[in-house]
Amino acid sequence: MALLSFERKYRVRGGTLIGGDLFDFWVGPFYVGFFGVTTIILSALGTALIIWGAAMGPTWNIWQINIAPPDLKYGLALAPLKEGGLWQIITFCATGAFISWALRQVEICRKLGMNYHVPIAFGFAIFAYVSLVVIRPLLLGAWGFGFPYGIISHLDWVSNTGYQYLHFHYNPAHMIAVSFFFATCFALSLHGALVLSATNPGKGEAVKTPEHEDTFFRDSIGYSIGTLGIHRLGLFLAVSSAFWSAVCMIISGPFWTRGWPEWWNWWLNLPVWR
Amino acid sequence: MRLAFSLLGIVVATLLTVAMLFTPGWVRPPIISTQTGYRGTGQEQLISAQNKRILEAANALPAPIDKASPSGERATSAYKNVKVLTDLSTDEFNRLMVAITQWVSPDQGCAYCHTDDLADDGIYTKIVARRMIAMTRDINKEWTSHVGDVGVTCYTCHRGQPVPKNVWYENPGARHAGGMAAHNYGFGHPSTSNGTTALPVDPFTPHLLGDDNIRVVGKTALPTTQGASIQQTEQSYALMMHMSQALGVNCTFCHNSRAFLDWSQSAPQRTAAWNGLQMMREVNAVYLETLKSLYPANRLGPLGDSPKANCGTCHQGVSKPLYGQSLLKDFPELGGKAAR
Repeated sequence: MALLSFERKYRVRGGTLIGGDLFDFWVGPFYVGFFGVTTIILSALGTALIIWGAAMGPTWNIWQINIAPPDLKYGLALAPLKEGGLWQIITFCATGAFISWALRQVEICRKLGMNYHVPIAFGFAIFAYVSLVVIRPLLLGAWGFGFPYGIISHLDWVSNTGYQYLHFHYNPAHMIAVSFFFATCFALSLHGALVLSATNPGKGEAVKTPEHEDTFFRDSIGYSIGTLGIHRLGLFLAVSSAFWSAVCMIISGPFWTRGWPEWWNWWLNLPVWR
Repeated sequence: MRLAFSLLGIVVATLLTVAMLFTPGWVRPPIISTQTGYRGTGQEQLISAQNKRILEAANALPAPIDKASPSGERATSAYKNVKVLTDLSTDEFNRLMVAITQWVSPDQGCAYCHTDDLADDGIYTKIVARRMIAMTRDINKEWTSHVGDVGVTCYTCHRGQPVPKNVWYENPGARHAGGMAAHNYGFGHPSTSNGTTALPVDPFTPHLLGDDNIRVVGKTALPTTQGASIQQTEQSYALMMHMSQALGVNCTFCHNSRAFLDWSQSAPQRTAAWNGLQMMREVNAVYLETLKSLYPANRLGPLGDSPKANCGTCHQGVSKPLYGQSLLKDFPELGGKAAR
């Protein structure tokens, strides 16, 4: 890919966290950096191990390939490779690759003198994954509580793990997370639609300004959050979705072992109507 | 005014948050887990170490009573009006009477059932007790498909109480309006019988006294027939909620939730549970409901029916009552397979 003339201005040296100038270069459009190297190594190794695991397994059916975590009896120890050890190494590779990717984003932010909103936001997604395969298993005392790597198998895990709490939709943090996911979709679709409606006026009309966008929402709901504000709101909603989904899983098991419907006894037992 | 409303809102929100965060039931690690399926399928039972200690203490066996010889004078010749325990020696018979007093009426003593004339059937509790002994022996002999060799004794349900802690009555549901709002099928009234959900309040009458179909899941990917109604389905789910709570287990104890109905993917415990449901229907219909005419009014339910048993009556929050400890093997008088 050709280097555009203006890109020279932004392709500056420095800002690296590790490795100094050693990995401070670009391959085509991509910045490399130390964490670019670790990302590529860990993701290639992890993917290769998944393919190897599939080769040892009973099927090449893409839906049914399953790399399962160890039995609970192995606790927090390493398991034999074919009995969950593979899952443990893949989990290490995946976590390492995700964190490397975030740190590579940090280096790019530093090069450009930007703030760290992007890696922090991505960090919440990593936190959601890590809470499922590391934090919750650590709290419960066995790697076997992680979810299996497979398209159908991880859905079966989700189903059974939900039914461990009889009715997972009664989980209060799950309720909050789901609400944030829906709110994120709602806000993003409104924002996208608003920008597109202002920039695609009818034939012969001039492209409209942010003032028009603000006025649309002031007219319709009495308030416009503004051009910068909508992005603050979007970041808050999206990050909250990931955060509360992590919370809803971390509390299920380590801090609540019964059915989630029972948690709502606090409501039934309020002194007002008990 | 705005400030007052804001302050009121903050106070209410704080109180509600406190109620949520400090509601009983929260636990903390260490959590004791049992895996019941292939690794990574999420078929696991969880309990906190603290709650397990509490449950184990609550399920300790009562103080032992010295064994009695099965030979010697027969109870039928020593006592008059012996109708069920006709195969026991006098020593065995007396030992069982002592045990029953300890298990069922420790505070009330012999006089809970007997007058000065021990043969007298004047107090209704004696007739009930006789029926219960017959039931216990029947369960231990005929229902090994559910109780195995562990068996049951009076203590399994009574635990030192004349009326077991967990009994149920037919529940007509809350009072409701007439006309269009006449009936909501008992929905929306959280109680212990439906696991504090909005499911129907009485899953027992149709399933543990009657024999309504519990398996309501469709067998084909697309519906080919009318199938079960919403009401039947919710009744089944309420019963399942009850079973989970009564046994202190979650759905994955018996089922693989990817296909609830499929026996080949279910745990063996589901077979034991199925046999238990058949047992409950017989116990309730043959032994318990028929005692209705004997009870005083304060022992009857709102519809005038007798107290009946469900899974929680024996299990009391544990998947094997008394954590699988067999009191029966020390009391062959109650007639299990191992004993006779």
